[in-house]
Amino acid sequence: RKEKKYIDQCWKDVTVGDFIRLSCNEVIPADMVLLFSTDPDGICHIETSGLDGESNLKQRQVVRGYAEQDSEVDPEKFSSRIECESPNNDLNRFRGFLEHSNKERVGLSKENLLLRGCTIRNTEAVVGIVVYAGHETKAMLNNSGPRYKRSKLERRANTDVLWCVLLLIIMCLTGALGHGIWLSRYENIHFFNIPEPDGRTISPVLAGFYMFWTMIILLQVLIPISLYVSIEIVKLGQIYFIQSDVDFYSEKMDSTVQCRALNITEDLGQIQYLFSDKTGTLTENKMVFRRCSVAGFDYCHEENAKRLESYQEAVSEDEDFIDTLNGSLSSTAKPRSHSCRTVHNGPLGRNHLAGSSSAPGSGEGASEVPHSRQAAFSSPIETDVVPDTRLLNKFSKIMPQLFTPLDETIQNPRLEILYIIDFFIALAICNTVVVSAPNQPRQKIRLSSLSGIPIKSLEEIRNLFQRLSVRRSSSPSLASGKEPSAGVPNAFVRTLSLFSRVKLASPVEKEISQMSESPLGSSNSTCHADIEKQSGDAGFANGKVESRPGQPLVSNLCYEAESPDEAALVYAARAYQCTLQSRTPEQIMVDFAALGPLTFQLLHILPFDSVRKRMSVVVRHPLSNQVVVYTKGADSVIMELLSVASPEGASLEKQQVIIREKTQKHLDDYAKRGLRTLCIAKKVMSDTEYAEWLRNHFLAETSIDNREELLLESAMRLENKLTLLGATGIEDRLQEGVPESIEALHKAGIKIWMLTGDKQETAVNIAYACKLLEPDDKLFILNTQSKDACDILMNTILKELKKKNQASPEQTLLNGGSLQPPVPQDTGLRAGLIITGKTLEFALQESLQRQFLELTSWCQAVVCCRATPLQKSEVVKLVRSHLRVMTLAIGDGANDVSMIQVADIGIGVSGQEGMQAVMASDFAISQFKHLSKLLLVHGHWCYTRLSNMILYFFYKNVAYVNLLFWYQFFCGFSGTSMTDYWVLIFFNLLFTSAPPIIYGVLEKDVSADTLMQLPELYRSGQKSEAYLPLTFWITLLDAFYQSLVCFFVPYFTYQGSDIDIFAFGNPLNTAALFIILLHLVIESKSLTWIHMLVIVGSILSYFFFALAFGAMCVTCNPPSNPYRIMQEHMLDPVFYLVCILTTCIALLPRFIFRVLQGSLFPSLILRAKHFDRLTPEERTEALKKWRGSGKMNQVTSKYADRSAVKSGRKPMSGPSAVFAMKSVSSCAVQQGNLSVCETALDLCYSKSKVSKIA
Amino acid sequence: MAMNYSVKDEVDGGPPCAPGGTAKTRRPDNTAFKQQRLPAWQPILTAGTVLPTFFIIGLIFIPIGIGIFVTSNNIREIEIDYTGTEPSSPCNKCLSPAVTPCICTINFTLEESFEGNVFMYYGLSNFYQNHRRYVKSRDDSQLNGDSNALLNPSKECEPYRRNEDKPIAPCGAIANSMFNDTLELFLVGNDTYLTPIPLKKKGIAWWTDKNVKFRNPPGGENLEERFKGTTKPVNWLKPVYMLDSDLDNNGFINEDFIVWMRTAALPTFRKLYRLIERNSDLHPTLPAGRYYLNITYNYPVHSFDGRKRMILSTISWMGGKNPFLGIAYIAVGSISFLLGVVLLVINHKYRNSSNTADITI
Repeated sequence: RKEKKYIDQCWKDVTVGDFIRLSCNEVIPADMVLLFSTDPDGICHIETSGLDGESNLKQRQVVRGYAEQDSEVDPEKFSSRIECESPNNDLNRFRGFLEHSNKERVGLSKENLLLRGCTIRNTEAVVGIVVYAGHETKAMLNNSGPRYKRSKLERRANTDVLWCVLLLIIMCLTGALGHGIWLSRYENIHFFNIPEPDGRTISPVLAGFYMFWTMIILLQVLIPISLYVSIEIVKLGQIYFIQSDVDFYSEKMDSTVQCRALNITEDLGQIQYLFSDKTGTLTENKMVFRRCSVAGFDYCHEENAKRLESYQEAVSEDEDFIDTLNGSLSSTAKPRSHSCRTVHNGPLGRNHLAGSSSAPGSGEGASEVPHSRQAAFSSPIETDVVPDTRLLNKFSKIMPQLFTPLDETIQNPRLEILYIIDFFIALAICNTVVVSAPNQPRQKIRLSSLSGIPIKSLEEIRNLFQRLSVRRSSSPSLASGKEPSAGVPNAFVRTLSLFSRVKLASPVEKEISQMSESPLGSSNSTCHADIEKQSGDAGFANGKVESRPGQPLVSNLCYEAESPDEAALVYAARAYQCTLQSRTPEQIMVDFAALGPLTFQLLHILPFDSVRKRMSVVVRHPLSNQVVVYTKGADSVIMELLSVASPEGASLEKQQVIIREKTQKHLDDYAKRGLRTLCIAKKVMSDTEYAEWLRNHFLAETSIDNREELLLESAMRLENKLTLLGATGIEDRLQEGVPESIEALHKAGIKIWMLTGDKQETAVNIAYACKLLEPDDKLFILNTQSKDACDILMNTILKELKKKNQASPEQTLLNGGSLQPPVPQDTGLRAGLIITGKTLEFALQESLQRQFLELTSWCQAVVCCRATPLQKSEVVKLVRSHLRVMTLAIGDGANDVSMIQVADIGIGVSGQEGMQAVMASDFAISQFKHLSKLLLVHGHWCYTRLSNMILYFFYKNVAYVNLLFWYQFFCGFSGTSMTDYWVLIFFNLLFTSAPPIIYGVLEKDVSADTLMQLPELYRSGQKSEAYLPLTFWITLLDAFYQSLVCFFVPYFTYQGSDIDIFAFGNPLNTAALFIILLHLVIESKSLTWIHMLVIVGSILSYFFFALAFGAMCVTCNPPSNPYRIMQEHMLDPVFYLVCILTTCIALLPRFIFRVLQGSLFPSLILRAKHFDRLTPEERTEALKKWRGSGKMNQVTSKYADRSAVKSGRKPMSGPSAVFAMKSVSSCAVQQGNLSVCETALDLCYSKSKVSKIA
Repeated sequence: MAMNYSVKDEVDGGPPCAPGGTAKTRRPDNTAFKQQRLPAWQPILTAGTVLPTFFIIGLIFIPIGIGIFVTSNNIREIEIDYTGTEPSSPCNKCLSPAVTPCICTINFTLEESFEGNVFMYYGLSNFYQNHRRYVKSRDDSQLNGDSNALLNPSKECEPYRRNEDKPIAPCGAIANSMFNDTLELFLVGNDTYLTPIPLKKKGIAWWTDKNVKFRNPPGGENLEERFKGTTKPVNWLKPVYMLDSDLDNNGFINEDFIVWMRTAALPTFRKLYRLIERNSDLHPTLPAGRYYLNITYNYPVHSFDGRKRMILSTISWMGGKNPFLGIAYIAVGSISFLLGVVLLVINHKYRNSSNTADITI
């Protein structure tokens, strides 16, 4: 604080308490509280892509009390005290207060905090005071480093490496012992026990001890160190191929699969449990406004639905259509807009008046947006909403009524109008959407403050406005405030609101604008004529088209919302010409076509949180000047908060009740159709009430201890006695190919759980839609309020299931106590389990875990609804640790991050909800349907390839090293190697390293098509068939056999001859090379020219090396001088004969085994391999046959099982049982909050029914 | 006004809502390699497909085996053990170190005459010439005639590197333990007239060893001068420059020495000692009959239970006598033939099912 001015400093020198001044596009060096922004509203925009990857702008606010300052904060005058919580890693929480010198406290929240790592955008300069610096910053605390995931296969391989170490030690011990014993026989023979330089001879015991270490050096190749390097290389290759798979390419996002974790590709082939998020993962998370219910009337928006259906084809035609209309309309519209623009010096070209007057549909103009490349945020599907004709008709009919004197007698339509108006206003403003103009990306539409604003005149205008509005608000209803004459008040109000909004205060311009009133009025009427005409004949076109000509500037609004459904609602509102124009912390501007631009003074925002499940805005209504609370939230929550007794009399109250019932009916209907429902409600408050609440709220805000609870209470005080306006149904469409993918994954034996935060009905519907649940599945619903009840219910269901599934053999296994994942049931009965968040909490408790898992193991699909992110991760953790299975979690949002991190493989869907999931994931895909290929094809390949390669590596090392070991028996265990050291080193490093890597990258046991067509093949990976402990030992045994052959065939050949050591080693090496390479050929299921090239290259390089070494090395590399050995051997026919014989004998058993396996007991994969050879026609035929035989198998086994075990009981008639169970489920679905007893009762009932039927 | 226009220009100029998108897409190339669709040979190992392989192996291996076997059987070979551990052996007397020099004579009979060139080997058993520390106890540079190494041999030669402050030439345990028996062969004629068999000393080592790898140190005419400043290995009776009278076979390039320096791979081995060249096509090199083997017995092997042998052998294209290779070839050939038959049966039984996918598990 001593410095008078800011000085440049390194990041590392920043300390707590420093004042920092940053300019636009600078990265924030420490967590700091924002004290000043050049933005007149006290806003600072930051981009948090460095933290969470989201590239949309976020607003941060200057601490209250500082925002009003015009000049920059002077650090020297700063005398306040900041108190905040100790550093923590929660990015979304910051609590603290700022105490001024006069003991006045101002609460600090995350809105005031600039986090390290973010970038300042769109703000010229900001000043802040550092509260956390260095490692205490939230960004650093969050940086726990990447979680190192080790694949199951690698863990398996690691244990086997340990076995190799044990083997090595045994072999070395043998060598040491042998040498000791051997030497003790010849202790005094100086031939063998060559004395030390000083003439001493060492004792056999000591020599044996030394020999142990010599042997370790000699045989250490047994431990496949190179294996790890090769695994990494192979994984890189696999990832390369995954990433370059063109099937993963998504045209829309221009993205393909991203492999972020480099070392767990093979886990993709072993997944047993899949945990999926619903929103954005199974569904597109492109919220499409589908239906709404206002004041008890349901508006279907059928055209919208139709449009969605045919969207893809229609796109191009639409464009043409727009273009032609463009031309026709521009002639009339353009001049007008120009005239308007001259009148209003609307900064940034967003000329409001012109927008609303000259081009009637200007509010929407949605079709402009698709041209932007911001596909993620404003794809045409979301932004285009075709208004429902009925509602539109109501709109257009109603609009003029607003300007006519109100007839008190026709109350019904009036009320409805009010509801509709309020409804759309709520849609438009009850959110946290940031408005930006697409043509100026990252530039918030804001009215730039004109430099010379005479405050005085502004005040005057405000006063005037207030007077007027007060006068108007005296009349009971909103509309009644309108004066009889149609044009004038409209324009008047508009002008006023415009002034207050624009802060356009220069009197001259005011006059100009007032002068423009009359032409405006006239133009306005023509507009209405327009709109009616348009909506009459082409109601659906006007929304999209008319706005464009002449007014591209206005229509070019981009909405950036934190959640896509908010944006969907705003776009929907825009379709009804209720356009959100701008949003600042103080006010929201809405362009309501018929009412003109309205400016709402924003009093307060209670942001959305998952506990309250709602958000509210408190605004001062510009027309009525009342304090109005608009609340938007989950239906269950809102319905409870509705006012029981309305003060406005019995009829109104009755109407409310009717509306409520009707809306509830609509809501249920929406939910059944899988729509996401939201309720919109409002509440009018008196100023005193509001002031009272505000005071309490401030107290809550400034407190540090249990602030959350206080804030929650405070919100509860505000959000009650609401008046229901209506409800919206937003469709979250299933992604393309989701049902097929889920079906395939099911067939692959993967258990799929859906974990979602959505409500039960929506979740179940989506589950049906995506074939997670089959129509004839039995549904069990766990929805209880207490732990005991949960326990009882689970028991009941379990009994039920067991009774029916007695036949299945895994039951005994389960009862036996070992919590093994049962074999996926192919036999008839399928069951689905639905569990709600609350019950999940009980089920996850220690005592019920086992039971819960047992229960879920019986079910094909489990749906967890209303699950919190933490619960999601807990479920994954539970399943992963207790069932010891491979889990995969897939999600797209920040709420899935914990789940993604916990699972063995986390997959992020790069969708709409930011990048957090992708950042936390191991693989990022763009669509759910890619998952099936990722798992079924690449997972299978990667797993098979890598496991075979690892086994091959073990084999290779053991086979080769054992040659040395066997030789020890003939050299007195003295540690002699019969091979030149260089060959020994290069054998692993060069001559036999490339083929297994190529094998690991390119091996293809079954073609991709077959794998996709026969998901059953995936099960081999789940059972780790390619690499079982037994396989390892068999491989090792084979290696031992081969090395024995490879040693003893040359041994017997050269026994007693005059061959020297290194000449003896040469045929051993050569034969070993051929054996090892041809072994690979036998194991390979497909050989491309690359394989051939590498294998031939390896052999050639070996010979080249041996020949070159033999030719040039005269005295080098003592004592194992290979001079001319290879050359001599190449001229010796015996050498060739030995090599051929050795190779044949060594490979014969494995070859025979493979042949017998291929013809006598082929595995599924081997059988599937035949498919690749068939022509397409034969192939489909064979597929049919395969399926048929599979079904036959299933059926026969089913019958066998049943007949074997169910001696007394007849098999139940399937459909009736299902029916009974279905009735239970449907009951549960409709009643929502079903108590335990009822469910249990129902279950009993259904059971009795079932048994009767049986 | 002006502001308005400038804004408008900006609007028109800038691309709408585009945060600098690149025209290049990230679509992966659709090539056979990248999409893993390379044409591949996909062998399916079933009885039917591999049948020919087995028969072919059988058909090739059996004749080869027979050929080798016959060749091996045609090789004449005789081994004479002259260790002298048995009391009856004439060389028994030489076991005691007191008798020096000890000369013993063993007589043996060749039942059949040896045709062609005959190789004379000495064979040692239980002699671990492949012991690690023994094997490395040599200095190739010294043997290659390097004068530095001659006077300052490699450390590997310890403890046979220096003797009485003089460098040993040739140094090391291998050289030190060089075989030093002398073998002479006499054909016993009709009247106990002994005909000495001419034994050729040269041509028993690899040509490259003798001419490239092993070289006498440079220097004066006299070999003794060249080896000046060195001393003989401890166990040797005479220095290295007195191994032979022939200048071309003396010093480091003495072929007996070179042969010895090529350490044997296995504890029982033979090393070429002399060549008995065929002198005419008409007479066998070694006619059947009685022979005397005259041994100057120097080399002690009984301390480590070793054996010494003298071997006479004719050779063929495949080297010495070795029945193993031929038998192994015949056996493998037969086995693979047999397997072929078994697979034929299997193939017959499962033929229908192996080609289609619908066999039940």
